[in-house]
Amino acid sequence: MTTLSARHEAGGAVTGGFTPPVWARKLGTYLLNVWASVVLLYLFAPIFVIIAFSFNKPKGRFNYLWQRFTLDNWRHPFRYSDLVHAMEYSLRIAVIAAAVATAMGALMAIALARYRFRGNSIVNLLIVLPLTTPEIVLGSSLLTLFISANTPRGFTTILIAHIMFCVSFVALTVKARLRGFDWTLEDASMDLGAPPWRTFRKVTLPLITPGILAAFLLSFALSIDDYIITVFVSGNSVTFPIQVINQAKVSVPPQINVLATMVLGVSVTVMAIGSLLGARRAARLG
Amino acid sequence: MHDANFAIERGEFFAMLGPSGCGKTTTLRMIAGFETPTEGVIRLEGQDVSHVPPYRRNVNTVFQAYALFPHMNVWDNVAFGPRSRKVREAETKKRVGEILEIVRLTEFAKRKPAQLSGGQQQRVALARALVNFPSALLLDEPLGALDLKLRQAMQIELKRIQREVGITFIFVTHDQEEALTMSDRIAVMSLGFVEQIGTPEDIYHHPASVFVAGFIGSANLFRTHIDRRSDTETAVSIAGRPVVVPATDGDAVIAVGAPAIVMVRPERVRVVMAEPQNSSTGVPCTVTDLVFQGPVVRVALATADGQEVVAHIGADDQLPLLRPGDNVWAGWEGDAARLLPEPEPGRAPAEDSMIQPTPSPST
Repeated sequence: MTTLSARHEAGGAVTGGFTPPVWARKLGTYLLNVWASVVLLYLFAPIFVIIAFSFNKPKGRFNYLWQRFTLDNWRHPFRYSDLVHAMEYSLRIAVIAAAVATAMGALMAIALARYRFRGNSIVNLLIVLPLTTPEIVLGSSLLTLFISANTPRGFTTILIAHIMFCVSFVALTVKARLRGFDWTLEDASMDLGAPPWRTFRKVTLPLITPGILAAFLLSFALSIDDYIITVFVSGNSVTFPIQVINQAKVSVPPQINVLATMVLGVSVTVMAIGSLLGARRAARLG
Repeated sequence: MHDANFAIERGEFFAMLGPSGCGKTTTLRMIAGFETPTEGVIRLEGQDVSHVPPYRRNVNTVFQAYALFPHMNVWDNVAFGPRSRKVREAETKKRVGEILEIVRLTEFAKRKPAQLSGGQQQRVALARALVNFPSALLLDEPLGALDLKLRQAMQIELKRIQREVGITFIFVTHDQEEALTMSDRIAVMSLGFVEQIGTPEDIYHHPASVFVAGFIGSANLFRTHIDRRSDTETAVSIAGRPVVVPATDGDAVIAVGAPAIVMVRPERVRVVMAEPQNSSTGVPCTVTDLVFQGPVVRVALATADGQEVVAHIGADDQLPLLRPGDNVWAGWEGDAARLLPEPEPGRAPAEDSMIQPTPSPST
């Protein structure tokens, strides 16, 4: 009984150790908020700079130093036809690559999540390979492949390369979305007379649409700004990043910032609509 | 799955009862078409459907967790079947309206499944299946997710709906009480075998095997050998005393000298102080324990050779004042006893039933 009573004496409302004073804990909370703001600023400052410098009136050909505010650049965003053509070209590639990669990657994710098949775990492992391989290696080996296959470099080869590295991102994103998916819903659908295709269209697809949309946007973003792989497989074609880098040796007009801001605006808008729809759907599902 | 050969009548409420892993859900999934039997056939209204995909079979399932489509409201969930089967929209509308009336969910038609209670979701699942007028409705432990009160209410509700629509219900459960309450007939299953098929009364009073006797209700099981047999009765001995079991229809034929088991339900056991007049249906025992259980008093007894006997004594039965250690007689009406064959090795009896294959060393 001695141990019991000893333990009882040691007890009480407060356990041992140092209790910081209230002002110290308040200060701690304050410092934590400051630190969080600094991290967020670090993340978003470059983007603010891009947007801000689209309103700059640079002295000379390089938009590197802040001079004064102007709307001229936004009045003539398409002034440099080389830039505009490159942007159009990149947009075309990004839309097609994202669409194809999303379709392929989503189906891959469904197969991996839905079925246990031979090689399932190997595919699961290999799926991250394109993400972990250095782009410089991927680009140069793709070029080797295209040369030895005697394929002329251009739109098609850029597209093939972009789809390749996007598929992995899509598969991973959609797979995450499918974790916890209730597959008896598919059983229920078939049980009610819906053949596999109708089951996919009416039950599976609507439930994973948010994941698929996110995967599409991610692919789009990856494709539109890829430089390293693209430069290897593009031949004489000029995408937006290639054009910007080539031009940077002679001039950096603020129109680059304007076009970039436009793309950014579109992406953010699509994302906002997506999450808004998601929130409304969540609200409806209660 | 092994031997499972049975026919289910049209309009019947049929239960498949057994412990988990006995193959009842697998059987149900085979009927629904999600699994293909390796051997044998499944016939629906006389037609072999063993290799017909689920979406072309005219059976519908109520899933264990309901599997309602979360992105559709109640109306669209219920209309999913008719729409998939290309029923005209006007007809679909009429049918969905009617079935929602039957399950009493008309005013919830615009709700999403997540906005409904468990009992309401269960009724949506039922309506979604029944709206297709299936040849048979399959229910996989449909009441498992509900709490006790709701489960009892839904048992009555299910029975009412079944009578109203007149569709065959095939019902899978591990809850013997649920099966006894609701079914016209029960198939008791164990380890992929069908142990017995019959009406609830049949199965309770005339179990075909030790497994069934132990799984449905509780049972006293005396391990013994056949001493003599005639057309009307079989003589055995329990705890060294001669006991007679009258013959009943459907008795297993057990050879003289072979091991057998005598089963008596606890509520049929009478406890008396003196040797009963007909001592051929009773054995002398010692009281080991008395437990008040509300409706009954559970009296635990032990025979001279240590076999445990349990008697459930109701309030209206005359129970003498007993103490552990008292010497009494455990007797029963002749027709309360039933002779069962020794279970085959490899087909183990249910664990939580009162079975004493070996005499306990105590008392």
